Amino acid sequence: MSQTHPPPGKPGISRRQFLTGTGLGAAATALLRTSEAPTQANQAQAPKTVGFGPNPVACELLVNGARITVHIEPRVTLLDCLRHYMDITGPKRVCDRGTCGACTVLLDGRPIYACTMLALEAQGKKIETPESLYEDGQLHRVPAAFVQYDAQQCGFCTPGFVMAMKACFDRNPNATPAEVEQGLAGNICRCGTYQQMRDALRSLCKKGG
Amino acid sequence: MKNFTYYRPLSLEAAVALLDTRWGTTELLAGGTDLLDLQKEYIAQPDKVVSLTFIQDPVFTRIEVPQILPGTKPTVSIGAAVKIADIAEHAELKHLFPALTDAAAQVGGPQIRNMGTLGGNLCQRNRCWYFRDEHVLCLLKGGRRCFAADGENRYHAIFTKGHPCVIVHPSTLAPALIALGASVEVLGPNGKRTIELSKFFQAPTKPDQREHVLAPNEIVVRVLIPVEGLRNASYEVRHKQSYDWPLAQAAVAFRLIGGKATDVRIVLGHVAPTPHVATEAQKVVEGQTITRELAEKAGEAATAGAVPLSQNAYKVHLVKVAVKRALLLASGAQPDWVI
Ligand SMILES: Cc1cc2nc3c(=O)[nH]c(=O)nc-3n(C[C@H](O)[C@H](O)[C@H](O)COP(=O)(O)OP(=O)(O)OC[C@H]3O[C@@H](n4cnc5c(N)ncnc54)[C@H](O)[C@@H]3O)c2cc1C
Ligand code: SF4
Ligand code: FES
Ligand code: FES
Repeated sequence: MSQTHPPPGKPGISRRQFLTGTGLGAAATALLRTSEAPTQANQAQAPKTVGFGPNPVACELLVNGARITVHIEPRVTLLDCLRHYMDITGPKRVCDRGTCGACTVLLDGRPIYACTMLALEAQGKKIETPESLYEDGQLHRVPAAFVQYDAQQCGFCTPGFVMAMKACFDRNPNATPAEVEQGLAGNICRCGTYQQMRDALRSLCKKGG
Repeated sequence: MKNFTYYRPLSLEAAVALLDTRWGTTELLAGGTDLLDLQKEYIAQPDKVVSLTFIQDPVFTRIEVPQILPGTKPTVSIGAAVKIADIAEHAELKHLFPALTDAAAQVGGPQIRNMGTLGGNLCQRNRCWYFRDEHVLCLLKGGRRCFAADGENRYHAIFTKGHPCVIVHPSTLAPALIALGASVEVLGPNGKRTIELSKFFQAPTKPDQREHVLAPNEIVVRVLIPVEGLRNASYEVRHKQSYDWPLAQAAVAFRLIGGKATDVRIVLGHVAPTPHVATEAQKVVEGQTITRELAEKAGEAATAGAVPLSQNAYKVHLVKVAVKRALLLASGAQPDWVI
């Protein structure tokens, strides 16, 4: 996996080519809507699906409300795209195998492992990273509770736990501590800061999230 | 990960047209929770990756539960692209098929369930650690021997049935679906075909075989489950509450007529290279009232034919427990164990 920034020079395919190549430009970037589903007619016009790569291709993602375009090889994961190409380093790379949760981001509101999805697969979806939790000098109540209850040691797992916990409260503002804990079952803290995280989430549950 | 060309077909037909007639050069990509792992470990090194994510065919992406009227034989359809989380949380499915939704709710963790699809779950590769290690050339990867047979085999099969590769099938949805009498609809270059799920899996022994019988250029479109009013349940024995696959699982389904169980299906997971139908246990339960004693007897019978490897005799006991508890759950008995 390429760890470096995109190679200089021209990418293998222009953004325009990339978008039109699918036979459905809109699907590649804009939020996918059912009304934009391909009709029989435009599929007949584009019977052959164009491939992208292996050279870098343009990839536009919607991250924390901003549209960002980078040139990446198809094999680049969403996590590496965020961290190495977009300099969005909130999601952490710990196991890189979908087994720890440090890379958790929200995709259309649902927690997923960014290390186990290709960046190209996240196109057209709303991506939220830990960076979205600090706005106008105001820290979101979930990370604020982590601070208050000292719910981190090394801190590597923390961004992932915070995103997973935020997703629980977004989904159900009245979630019980047990429900939130279930929502955190895909995250591991190797320092074992679980009791402090329990304290933090209980404080949020009491406040009704 | 080896780099590849990425394709984004917008219809199932266009996706089929991109697939090769042999394994290895082309891979379908659904949620990616298994494929990306295999690519990172260089176990899968496709030149072409065909994404299924942008196909919006409702047959492929939706759950359809028809109106259930007396005297009809309705069929539930679950598209292969449906996320495991959406199966786990579907109210009507929970009511009709708790064996399936309970199994779905325990897969991996929330993130895996939000990413992983039904089709990917049925087509995922096995978890044998020798298979998953790039540097080990075992039988299944074209080498001369199975290293698990007399090596580190505590998570491997106890019903090896003479197969030289002693993996266990990794899907927990499969045993539940087989017990429920499900079938899969598959699309290939010559059109659609339907395969009973009980005939969908095979024990692979060579690199050009998968854990299922699909041709390399076929795609699972959807899973069909007949609504037959069966009582059903799945019970898993797990080492950890999340992240891991179960050590053993039993899925059961039967019709309860006048207090007696008929049309009994008992399918075991994580103990054999394919989901294992416990025929002897089925015979014990058929036509009987399910009591704790009977459930225990069925558990004993379910171990018929088990030949554990050097490190996994413990699974024989887990099978007994899983079968007993699944039967009791399905019969509506109050659990007398901690859940
Ligand atoms: C930590 C962890 C724990 C897990 N625990 C469990 C568990 O307890 N029980 C369980 O059952 N599973 C478990 N899994 C496995 C998980 O359920 C699968 O990885 C997931 O279901 C695969 O789906 P996917 O959509 O991500 O497939 P992908 O990774 O995209 O694909 C997997 C394979 O299926 C093929 N494929 C995908 N869709 C289709 C299709 N429609 N037609 C034909 N071929 C297709 C792909 O080509 C690929 O070979 C776990 C996984 C992890 C990482
Ligand atoms: S069980 Fe199968 S995959 Fe594992 S080492 Fe043996 S041959 Fe290889
Ligand atoms: S880095 Fe993605 S789950 Fe560990
Ligand atoms: S605080 Fe160190 S891993 Fe969680």
